Amino acid sequence: MSEILWQALQQVQGYIYPNEVEVNWSVLIALYPYITGLVAGAFIVASLERIFKVEAVKPTYRLALLTALAFLLAAPLPLVAHLGHMERALEIMMTPHLTSAMAGFGFVYAWYLMAVLLFELYFDYRRDIVMWAQEKTGIKGFIYKILTLGDYDISENAVRADNRIVNIVTVIGLPSAAFLHGYVGFIFGSIKANVWWSSPLMPIIFLFSAMVSGIALVLLIYIASSYIRGVELDRACTDTLANYLLYAYLLDLSLEFMELAHLFYTQEEGIDAIRILIMDKMFWTFIVIQIFLGTLVPIGLLIFARTGIVKFNIRKYLYIFATVLTLIGVFAMRWNVVIGGQLISKTYLGYSTYIMPLFGPESISLALAIWILPFIILAILVKLLPPWEEPHEWERVELE
Amino acid sequence: MISRRKLLTVIAALAGFASLRKTVKAQEPTENYDWNKHYYAFVVDTNKCIGCGRCVRACKIENEVPMLPFFFRTWVERWVWLEGHEEPNVDSPNGGFDGFPPEYDERAISKSYFVPKLCNHCARPPCVQVCPVGATYMTKDGVILVDEKYCIGCRYCIQACPYGARYLYPFDGPRESRRGTADKCTWCYHRITRGYKPACVEVCPTQARKFGDLMDPEDEIRKIIEEERIQVLKPEMGTKPKVFYLGLDSEVR
Repeated sequence: MSEILWQALQQVQGYIYPNEVEVNWSVLIALYPYITGLVAGAFIVASLERIFKVEAVKPTYRLALLTALAFLLAAPLPLVAHLGHMERALEIMMTPHLTSAMAGFGFVYAWYLMAVLLFELYFDYRRDIVMWAQEKTGIKGFIYKILTLGDYDISENAVRADNRIVNIVTVIGLPSAAFLHGYVGFIFGSIKANVWWSSPLMPIIFLFSAMVSGIALVLLIYIASSYIRGVELDRACTDTLANYLLYAYLLDLSLEFMELAHLFYTQEEGIDAIRILIMDKMFWTFIVIQIFLGTLVPIGLLIFARTGIVKFNIRKYLYIFATVLTLIGVFAMRWNVVIGGQLISKTYLGYSTYIMPLFGPESISLALAIWILPFIILAILVKLLPPWEEPHEWERVELE
Repeated sequence: MISRRKLLTVIAALAGFASLRKTVKAQEPTENYDWNKHYYAFVVDTNKCIGCGRCVRACKIENEVPMLPFFFRTWVERWVWLEGHEEPNVDSPNGGFDGFPPEYDERAISKSYFVPKLCNHCARPPCVQVCPVGATYMTKDGVILVDEKYCIGCRYCIQACPYGARYLYPFDGPRESRRGTADKCTWCYHRITRGYKPACVEVCPTQARKFGDLMDPEDEIRKIIEEERIQVLKPEMGTKPKVFYLGLDSEVR
């Protein structure tokens, strides 16, 4: 560990406080708001259909919910892995210190998982789960039997009640999702000691970039899963999602612009340090990846696709390209906030360097493993609870 | 019935065991110490500091701070203004642990001074506010401490401190129970509660560092704060520091 610090010490530029050589919040902490952002964004996609009655995105409704769950299950991992004392992690819920912005994490997380996502998924899937429980045998049948929670009533009335519950939970869920992620923004935005973080806009910027990343992720997973299943893409659904991605992007861009405009116009103490941070220290991750490749290019692609000049078959590839860039760009945004804020010294006179170890705790390999995990969870969830809109076997009989 | 002899043996054994547990632990105040009767403050006279680094060395030894140039409970900065330069040259090689090697041509210096730094034990401490489990707290006598048995090592307090006064105690540090937790200056709480001065104050050869009790009307510290023109670091942060500086230049952060 201290070899990395010796290296970092060599690369210190200007004067920083001696305790600032170590970058305390690593790549794992950049990954955490990225993942919760995807959760919040995916849930907002799901609520488009439920609350805002955007019928076109229906094919992605359940997929978005499962995506949100898969990522939510992985969300605490980077946090816990980064603690100096993992075995004390639960203290944050057992003995929370309520003046801390961070103390709410456990509760916000638990509320969102238990009261929103699991609730909504259960009532949305209940009818199907009961059917599967009666139909399937063996281990799978057993799992479905557990998932029914003992309620086998799928009369018309019961299903209608389920539907009503799902609607209510979604209405509660939307602000919860916004809170889950806006809250993460507040954890950073409320640190007055850090010029690069301290901003009341931070929660809102986090929220809109979360929407951007969540819509992009659901769109990409939808396109990829359709390809894997050999199913035609629903054009209306794909185009509508892409449109929402564009709208979210425009809001996100203007918020980001407001933040920077305020910083550079007011020129408060530390602005010279910020200028060097952006133009030199984070030139690649901020200017090139986050702003240009991760924001302007996808917006350009989406606008171009929207004009309708190109056919859907080509448009599809534009969407793939735009969503992949978006996912990279939003991660770069998290990186630039979390790591960038620590590169700039609180002396405003110097910069530290972040060196990411390849292996071990707080390394890139651990971050990658945590990043891949939600996709594995999602694959299992999709197998267990197919989110596709095709008629079930018992429905096919009815249709015939 | 237990015989009297047996009973006495048991009592003696228990007493022996209890006295074993009484071994002095850092940060734990003495028994007849009343923290309601003290309120501490620290004064740094930058005019007097000669940058010898004794305070940095004493602190590291006294408090088991790892002997590496990344972990400091206190450090000394050298601020040098060269003629014709708009910006100061600031450095703190190894936190001033080994003193300061001469680096500048004396004739080119317009002004220079040393600034000892340590935890400000703020009256409105952001580190205490943000700790998610309450492991870092303010004592009644005005000292900010970390409970190493309770800290989860999230490092939010390190981010929240505007003064860079905190660090994460490394996993290979000498004091096992402190590994992976936030660490910082305690004003040598184990010493001051027994009536001694903090180690850095004790060893300072020029009395650039002063420590005292504001509740004691005779204390020198109280007189300085009442009568002299004093400054604190980054007052705009609203943290209300309790380390007061004499002769602090406005550029020093």
